[in-house]
Amino acid sequence: MRKALLAATAASLLAAAPAAAQQKTVKIGFISTFSGPVAAIGNDMRNSFELALDHMGRKMGGLPVEVIYEDDGFKPEVGKQKTEKLIESDKVDFITGYIWSNVLLASVKPALDSKTFLISANAGPHQLAGEGCSPFFFSTSWQNDQTPQAMGLYMNQKGVKTVFLIGPNYAAGKDMLAGVASTFKGKVIGQELTKWPDQLDFSAELAKAKDAKPDAIFVFYPGAAGAQFLNQYVQSGLKGQIPLYTAFTIDELTLPRQKDTALGVPGAQQWVNDLPNETNKKFVSDYRKKHPGLSPTFYGAQSYDSANLIASAVAATKGNLSDKAAVQKAMEKADFKSVRGNFKYGNNHFPIQNFYLQEAVKDQEGNYALKTVATIVENDQDRFHDKCPMK
Amino acid sequence: MTLFIEQCLNGVQFGLLLFLLAAGLTLVFGIMDLVNLAHGSLYMLGAYFAATFAAWTGSFVLGAVLALGATLLVGMAIEIIAMRRLYGRDHLDHVLATFGLILFFDELVRLIWGPSGMSLPLPSWLNTSVRVLPGIDYSAYKLSIIIVSLAVVVFLYFLVMRTRIGMLIRAGASNREMVGALGVNIKLLFTLVFGLGAALAGLAGLMQAPILTVQIGMGENILILAFVITVIGGIGSIRGAFVAAILVGLIDTLGRAYFTDLLRLVFTKETAATAAPALSSMLIYLLMAIVLVIKPEGLFSASGK
Repeated sequence: MRKALLAATAASLLAAAPAAAQQKTVKIGFISTFSGPVAAIGNDMRNSFELALDHMGRKMGGLPVEVIYEDDGFKPEVGKQKTEKLIESDKVDFITGYIWSNVLLASVKPALDSKTFLISANAGPHQLAGEGCSPFFFSTSWQNDQTPQAMGLYMNQKGVKTVFLIGPNYAAGKDMLAGVASTFKGKVIGQELTKWPDQLDFSAELAKAKDAKPDAIFVFYPGAAGAQFLNQYVQSGLKGQIPLYTAFTIDELTLPRQKDTALGVPGAQQWVNDLPNETNKKFVSDYRKKHPGLSPTFYGAQSYDSANLIASAVAATKGNLSDKAAVQKAMEKADFKSVRGNFKYGNNHFPIQNFYLQEAVKDQEGNYALKTVATIVENDQDRFHDKCPMK
Repeated sequence: MTLFIEQCLNGVQFGLLLFLLAAGLTLVFGIMDLVNLAHGSLYMLGAYFAATFAAWTGSFVLGAVLALGATLLVGMAIEIIAMRRLYGRDHLDHVLATFGLILFFDELVRLIWGPSGMSLPLPSWLNTSVRVLPGIDYSAYKLSIIIVSLAVVVFLYFLVMRTRIGMLIRAGASNREMVGALGVNIKLLFTLVFGLGAALAGLAGLMQAPILTVQIGMGENILILAFVITVIGGIGSIRGAFVAAILVGLIDTLGRAYFTDLLRLVFTKETAATAAPALSSMLIYLLMAIVLVIKPEGLFSASGK
């Protein structure tokens, strides 16, 4: 019995030894959607994350990196299970990815409770920006309301007096519609939320919008739904009658399917592929070289930043990732070159950043691309940050 | 009022599209006693074929016609290769095998066409709106879906009620063994029926493609509605499928259009806006539950037991 006890103690000492010593590898969990109709987004995020690792020689602060990719299947409950698996059985140091706000909201508790750093590379629900902010949560994207807020400002510039809002009925959809309403100075004369993600026919909503006779329609439909919405908007005869303003509805993945329907439809974005900084030029051209026929999206750009943010923290702490306070401090500095140019964090760990107006254009060869038209707002901070107790 | 008429048109259009899908399902289930979960895959294949052929030929209509033929052939091939092994087995075996077919076709489509989906652009003469009534502009394409579907309804009616094949189909739906015992080549009949069902699903898929874009797994959501229609209408009954499909189409569309306003009378604006999409999508299942309680055989039962 005593022998067994001794052996157990020795074994546990042995097991504890490497933890005290310097870390051998940096383990990162990456959750996104890799199956089903929106798998293209997950693939773009993975491609960009891998490209970032290539660019840093697949080492962070001199340590080798191991990334474990998990598929959330577009479902909050699966995302939560995968998050728990990454934390409990893979024991990752960082966890990143997350396209969908509802998946992130379901997954965030196990990560933050276990003090695992979670870096959202896309979803930015308002719950995590205000009272629910956490020292262990960071975003390399935006708070959901910010992008539509920028669009609301642009609609004011264009002299829009009345707007009809349409979006999907889930966490991000509600944030987006609230965001645009918060900066838009005119009147919101109607709002429709649709069942997400399985409602793909918007005829009833478009008919109501048409009947309300607004100056403009604002929509948020990410992924394939964006292509479907634009098709139906054109088919219903609204194009040319009531102009459309968007957030996250036209991107490099949906544009090849939206084609002409996307031309002339403005969108707001914190990153566009033609932003003129060196990091971005390298990211976009190397991505196109590595994946011929594809172009990176904002989802990818944020994932690329996420990898660099993690690398900056690993380097600053010299790989001592068990010192959580030091890692947090290092990440708050955001000491890396972002593809969107300047990048700094607010008190709630959401970026303070510019938002641009982007539009789809068609060149002589008939290729479609997104380009920056103007800067709508500079150094924008989300509207929930004063509710966050962190200073 | 004009809005209400437009919403009704939307409902009828959606209902007719669902009918195309449900007609094939109810025929196969009623006559062959086969639960075919892979019906949605044929819907998906119809859309992919149409997008491919339309790109090759440069013509939407030609692409659609070729796609229809291709789905018919694929349907008959599936029947000969896979479904024949399943007749007379337990329904659970059907579910298992045809679920396997869904996975097979999803992966096959991924291998051939890639994961990111396709689009089927409309020709410009369909991509506009037309004035159907004074003050009502309606999508020309949706109107053409209504016309094509109604033509198919008339065609099916004649085929089933006025031809010899139709007589066999009806006989098969009410008493399969007896039809076989009377010396009818039931094998050939089954292959034809399955092919017909596949072509109808393919037609629904290719007509829906320009509205919804073409992607993997597109048939799975809509298949559930098709099953609901089969249950409401009565298994094996084309007439039942038609009535149920129009009902479901109208309830779904009008529910989405007016349920929010209705809930606002009782709840706050916020609650109504959030709850309405969820609740209105339940209306169809509520209808199914009521029909099952009152007429468990469905509205128009074909078996006449």
